[in-house]
Amino acid sequence: MSHHTMESEVQRRKERIDRGIKVRTESIYAVSSWEEVAYLLVPRMVLIVGLLLLPLVIQNPYWHRVITVVGVYGLLAVSFDFLAHFVGLVSLGGALAIGIGGYASALANKVLGLPPLASIPIAGLTGGLLCTLLLLPCLPLRGIYFAIVTLMYPLVLSRLIEALNILGGTDGIPGVEGFGNVWVESYGILLLLLLWLFGLRRLANEDLGLILRGVKDNDQAVRASGISVTKYKAVAVFIASTMGCLGGAYLVHLYMWAGISLFAMDFSVLPIAASVIGGGGTLVGPLLGSLILVPVSELLREFGTLRIAFYALILMAFIVLRSEGLMVWAQRKYHQFERWVKI
Amino acid sequence: MDILVYGVVNSVSLALMALGFTLVYGISRLPNFAHGALYILAGYLAWVGIRSLNMGYLLSVLVSLGVVMAFGMAMYRFFLIRIRGMPISEIIASYAMGLFILEGLRWKGLKGMTFTLPVIFPGSVDILDVPVDYQRLLVVGIGAAVVLGLWAFTRFTRVGLALRGIAQDEQAAMMLGIDSDTMATIATGLGSALAALAAIVLLPLGNIVVETGYQVLIFAVAVCIVGGLGSWGGAILASFLIGFAQILTVAYVQSHFQVVVALLAIIITLILRPSGLFGKQKQLEERV
Repeated sequence: MSHHTMESEVQRRKERIDRGIKVRTESIYAVSSWEEVAYLLVPRMVLIVGLLLLPLVIQNPYWHRVITVVGVYGLLAVSFDFLAHFVGLVSLGGALAIGIGGYASALANKVLGLPPLASIPIAGLTGGLLCTLLLLPCLPLRGIYFAIVTLMYPLVLSRLIEALNILGGTDGIPGVEGFGNVWVESYGILLLLLLWLFGLRRLANEDLGLILRGVKDNDQAVRASGISVTKYKAVAVFIASTMGCLGGAYLVHLYMWAGISLFAMDFSVLPIAASVIGGGGTLVGPLLGSLILVPVSELLREFGTLRIAFYALILMAFIVLRSEGLMVWAQRKYHQFERWVKI
Repeated sequence: MDILVYGVVNSVSLALMALGFTLVYGISRLPNFAHGALYILAGYLAWVGIRSLNMGYLLSVLVSLGVVMAFGMAMYRFFLIRIRGMPISEIIASYAMGLFILEGLRWKGLKGMTFTLPVIFPGSVDILDVPVDYQRLLVVGIGAAVVLGLWAFTRFTRVGLALRGIAQDEQAAMMLGIDSDTMATIATGLGSALAALAAIVLLPLGNIVVETGYQVLIFAVAVCIVGGLGSWGGAILASFLIGFAQILTVAYVQSHFQVVVALLAIIITLILRPSGLFGKQKQLEERV
């Protein structure tokens, strides 16, 4: 079509219109036709079935483990997206939740003797609470405070562990109980991820989600409605950091070791890149982004910390050139058709 | 006496690190999370000039200052300008730029004791019975000169006045014919040059390592938050508060805790006085 616009003097623009089927599937009457049911179910099924098939299809034990790591990064990336695009808080420290959740789970396992199935949820909840408490002072404020404080905590905590020689110091806590079964290992995290993903999507359309989006778009209006902005931000931070802590706890049991590397920069930067590539604000997009980035990152393992520079480059390119991300683009193509019209 | 003298030196160092950041944020409301990376980049460029290209000290330093300043301006003009006004993207994009520079330099081998800048005047002198080397005196001198220079620049030159105009009320300034983007470009360039200047004076006191880049960013933002974002007077007062707190911690507790002091300073400020010491005019906007 583009050569038309160049040849003729008539100017054209692209018009986007919702597909008829999209409009028809918006209400309960979607169940009246198989076509419309399929329109709704196919994308969700591709995601669910595709994710659940991954561990079956991939036989190589190394890459099998990478799937589990994808799950952890997926959780982290979805939680970043939730905070950034539904509440308006940019967290530059995903490593904070990973580290706190990881150490909490390692302690629950080693000190209290709990099995992984008990220590992971406990670490998720206590870690989420602790992260929320640590971040509470910067929640009443808008602006860059949250970003800088989340950037500082992982650095400070790893420095403290090193300097005070607590929690195993630089050696970390070895001998954490593993899962013992590769299927529990991979399916546990994938189910957890799907559960959180669909749960958050549901939550975003409930009253709580409405308030949170209000906080992002116009916090003064939310405050004027007599709703405490700080309280709801704290709830959102708790939800997001619980997700991150669950991921950290999972990672500790996967590697059977907790150490300072849980506070590493990778956990903070990769989820941001995944979210920007996948499409911020869609919740599914960041998962897609992690599915792409984590295996690439494994392939680039020999480059060490240069990988972070590589994520940063992708981030810059996407944010400037393709700021909508893959998932927003895909959703647009799925729900709308485009045509050229004369101006 | 040790604490008094080294406290002053440390405070002025912090002020030097922070001024560039607070300048850009105060004028354009643009949080430049690449600030620490520009600092290290300047140090590295000067090192390359002196050690690899044998350009001599003065020329290397000037080239490094100029390159970093041009880089900062280009960074705004071609990159940050496209996402201006979108707070989430501003933070992510400038942080990504900083990460790219720092981790790229780390990959180039920027670690360990091998990268050091020479001091300008070797030797030391006793002040109040405390031996202080000339480089530290130079830090204090340059710090004072920068503060005075900025003060004069923003009061007695057209560009400086225009920058203040944009900082106070962007829309009113635009109505008077001041171009917001030009001013932001100048501000980013100045901020980057200040980061480079700080690097050239401060880096001879230690090694050029990537971790310093993250620390400089953290110290700069800590100083700005405690002082009140965008307020210069506040930033200078805050750097003295944090500077002395750090020196006291180093003297009585442990040197590892300098970053902890900065974090605690931010947290305490956010709890007690969220808009910082002198951040009054923006109080309503930032506090919800």
